[in-house]
Amino acid sequence: MTTSSITLPDGAPEEVVTHALVRDVDLSAFGFNGNLALITLDNGQDHNRPNTFGAKSLASLDAAITDALSRKPVAIAITGKPFIFAAGADLSALAFLSKREQSLAIGKLGHDVFRRLGEIDVPTFAFINGLALGGGLEAGLHCTYRTVATTAFTGLPEVFLGLVPGWGGATLLPKLIGPERAVQVIILNALNNNTMMKAKDALALGVADAVFEPADFLERSIAFAAKVLSGDKKIERPDYSNDPAWESALAKGKAAAHKKYGGADIAAPTRALKLIADARTATRSSGFDAEDVALADLVMTDALRSSLYAFNLIQKKRKKVEGAPKPALGRKVAKVGVVGAGLMASQLALVMVRNLKCPVVMTDLDQARVDKGVAWVHGELAKLVEKKRMSAETAGRLTGLVTGSVDQKVFATADFVIEAIFEELSLKQELFKNLEKIVTPECVIATNTSSLSVEAMTQGLEHPERVIGFHFFNPVAIMPLLEIARTTKTDDATTATAVFVGKELKKTMVITKDSPGFVVNRLLTRFMGEVTDAMDEGTPADVADNAMRSVGLPMSPFELLGLVGPGVALHVAETLHKNLGPRYRISPTMQRLVKENVKAFYIKNEDGGYIPNPAAVALIEKGTSPSTGEQVRMRALNALAEEARMMLDEGVVSTPAEIDICMLLGAGWPMILGGILPYLDREGVSEAVCGKRFHEKGVASLP
Amino acid sequence: MSHSVVVVDAVRTPFGKSGSLYAGTRADDLMVRVVRGLLERNPKLSPADIDDVAIAAATQTGDQGMNLGRSVALLAGLPVTVPGYSIDRWCAGALTAVTTISGSIALGAYDFAIAGGVEHMGNHPIGDGLDPNPRYLAEKIVEQDALAMGATAERLHDRFPTLTKERADRYALNSQMKTAAAYAAGKIQRDLIPTAARSVELGWAIATVDEPPRPSTTLEGLAGLKTPFRPAGRVTAGNSSGINDGATAAILANEEKARALGLTVKARLVSFAFAGVEPEIMGYGPVPATIKALAKAGLSIGDIGLFEINEAFAVQVLAFLEHFGIADDAANVNPFGGAIAVGHPLASSGVRLILNLARSFEDHPEVRYGMTTMCIGLGMGGTVIWENPHFNGSTKAGK
Repeated sequence: MTTSSITLPDGAPEEVVTHALVRDVDLSAFGFNGNLALITLDNGQDHNRPNTFGAKSLASLDAAITDALSRKPVAIAITGKPFIFAAGADLSALAFLSKREQSLAIGKLGHDVFRRLGEIDVPTFAFINGLALGGGLEAGLHCTYRTVATTAFTGLPEVFLGLVPGWGGATLLPKLIGPERAVQVIILNALNNNTMMKAKDALALGVADAVFEPADFLERSIAFAAKVLSGDKKIERPDYSNDPAWESALAKGKAAAHKKYGGADIAAPTRALKLIADARTATRSSGFDAEDVALADLVMTDALRSSLYAFNLIQKKRKKVEGAPKPALGRKVAKVGVVGAGLMASQLALVMVRNLKCPVVMTDLDQARVDKGVAWVHGELAKLVEKKRMSAETAGRLTGLVTGSVDQKVFATADFVIEAIFEELSLKQELFKNLEKIVTPECVIATNTSSLSVEAMTQGLEHPERVIGFHFFNPVAIMPLLEIARTTKTDDATTATAVFVGKELKKTMVITKDSPGFVVNRLLTRFMGEVTDAMDEGTPADVADNAMRSVGLPMSPFELLGLVGPGVALHVAETLHKNLGPRYRISPTMQRLVKENVKAFYIKNEDGGYIPNPAAVALIEKGTSPSTGEQVRMRALNALAEEARMMLDEGVVSTPAEIDICMLLGAGWPMILGGILPYLDREGVSEAVCGKRFHEKGVASLP
Repeated sequence: MSHSVVVVDAVRTPFGKSGSLYAGTRADDLMVRVVRGLLERNPKLSPADIDDVAIAAATQTGDQGMNLGRSVALLAGLPVTVPGYSIDRWCAGALTAVTTISGSIALGAYDFAIAGGVEHMGNHPIGDGLDPNPRYLAEKIVEQDALAMGATAERLHDRFPTLTKERADRYALNSQMKTAAAYAAGKIQRDLIPTAARSVELGWAIATVDEPPRPSTTLEGLAGLKTPFRPAGRVTAGNSSGINDGATAAILANEEKARALGLTVKARLVSFAFAGVEPEIMGYGPVPATIKALAKAGLSIGDIGLFEINEAFAVQVLAFLEHFGIADDAANVNPFGGAIAVGHPLASSGVRLILNLARSFEDHPEVRYGMTTMCIGLGMGGTVIWENPHFNGSTKAGK
């Protein structure tokens, strides 16, 4: 082994070394004669800093395996520190790799060390006592047998990050559990928001050979090892090389990747699927070599660097809200009012009661609407009980907290009132004037408006300082972003209270200036406007819509339009047109769609696929200056760059990172784009349009 | 309405030296491990049928707090319907858990229960956090010596001049040798529950044997040890138990119900007694406690064929043996050695005595009665008399 050849690149943080420590376990107490060499992975820190594998950690494991072997054990086992097995490769160093050879060397080093666990001439066991992700789980996959604690989550999130399981996982897992289940773990789980396996899933999938409770996990795992060694316990390993499901499994993985990235062929899932396919016949050595190449190729891409940037950004922004006042300034929220009982308002009521667990009262114009809204919330709580995601007791408690009324006087004792009525400024102004007569002077009045001016709503109010924008994304329970819009008058106590509520709702928050469309809708609408504009000019609808496919957005522009609804989209476009200027186009096609009540450009056909909706196609404006797909793509990207730069110049948000987090979490744009600005930087769009990049080189790109 | 009370099974963790084996392990985790190991060994007993869990600790704060009995039951994964309580009589904690649970079984209130004890003396040094009432000394309720256990042992030497340091050292050596022999014969390991112990520096260990025994002990070595409790004293680290971490647990049952389930029966309760003495000579406690327990059983010392006496200090065992006219090196006293060799994690030791006695009963079907006894801080002793269920003799004494 020559681990010394790997030196950390300049600027990389010092590796937190995971030490591999060896001790002998006398198996005679477990009914087997001989010693097992037990390797513990422990970086000496608590579970908030999981074990990871950098170059020094791998060297430590390598030395531990050598030490273990020198003890002439009957078996070698590897386990972790409390709650953690190992969380994978040390990602902090990855972002600093500047040469392909370095990346290749890291991949090879991992293989060289891990493969010993599978190739030495004593049986090896992984006792996965806690979290095992990526390289952590791969270390376990090299072992002959695996036990998993009932509370341990495991998974291979590499493809989610833009990598492949390149320390043996992509080759070993298909051989171990077959193509279908390997595609499930490596591709489907990873692309499904990085879904991890619970212990029972790991057992059912064949990743784990046995599952034990955490209270005496290690002791029972050793007892299991003794039984395997004595032959009392036999573990079958089927040969999957002639499994009939190879092709269908790979096709399923490819379809999932296309769905995730709007039809684009994205490198990470493509490379991972190739490795899985090769695993059918590849030797371990050839498989591992191919993994090294795939890993090095991917590590040296801007997409991976953007992805790592996005991953870190999401972790960071979840904890810290940029520009938030001191939490101590916030007021207690013990009762919430929701104005409106429509679908959006009902979703707000549900998310509020689930997280704040305080009385939530809904109002609307008449009793029937109120009853419908309250019944919907109660029904959703009941569904959670049916799905065993909530106890009947908790649902009972929460159901009792949600009430409705046609009389807004019920808001007199509320601390936080949020409105989700029709998007019409005059209606909201009138509502706020009425509310002010009812609520206390400290009560926060929030609006879920997506594009109107919050400040305009405060006109004539005695206490405009307690009004704030509180903009959710649909579906409210799932989308993690909350845009909090401060007007020039909003005070710190109100903002702090809003941030407190957002934290309780477990949202990632971005505080924006009160500016039309805030961040997400402003960018999305501008982007959509360019695409519809191109169509209205005569670009065939499918050319315009498919122009963005290669980017990797989860939905094409018109798919998104179908989800939002032409009515809402047009309404937002009109508001932004009025407030931000004519670069926000009003599409005549869209106007016709709304007028004729045509909901979408695509409809479902008999076999479940989507086909163009003839009713929509018939309404398309017939322009005479068509563009090519590439022209449409550039036009839309240019618009995004221009608009983003304007937002930063106007101070809508203060940093490019805030725009990126908004697009990642509010629009669901993929991590490989870094949100959006790293993508615009690497495509040269930023410099062409704005004369400069958004992020310095190396922040979210190759150095 | 008295019901016959039996020991179904008893186990313990390997004992550790404080600051060593279990330095990175919580006391409640040791206790949980023992309870789970005990139940795993006795699959015929459904955990839901356990009527109570009594767990002793001499210090009931931190990882030995939160009502250990209940807390351990929950952490061990027993059904929530199984209750638990914590109990304290310092060194006789587990012994008192056993007698208290036995009382409830004899009364018919319980059918099956767990009694045990734990002491992590590394996490909870003896006397830690205590706040003795100033009246103790101001009003001479006790003398200063009564509050330091080593000093009470010196006082016992003072009280009985024939109990020399040389006898104490010889007794201690014998305890080490008996333990070494018992280990060699595999008599001890079988009741140890392998226990995982974390060390950040060394990695996980799986403890399968006691850490404290020193089989290489010699009389010369013992003779040269310091006497930390007074200058020119007689009590040394070599003729005392150590500072240890460990946990023990036993299943106690109504005999009829145990037999109906097909559970093992390892010992049958005959009588028990606790008695007080002057706190300055707390080590003398087993004498009056034994006299009382024998009287209640209608037995005499001659009826007892096997003794398990806790070796807090060699002198305290010698005082007991001398009183009852038993030889210092009697083979039927602590046949597997005692606390001087394996350690004395305070409140846990009572059940260790019982599990040793139960094993000796198997080895000696000709013996009908045995006894577990120990001294207790602040001047007490506790004795429990047991009947051997394997007894095959016909005489009442059955020695």
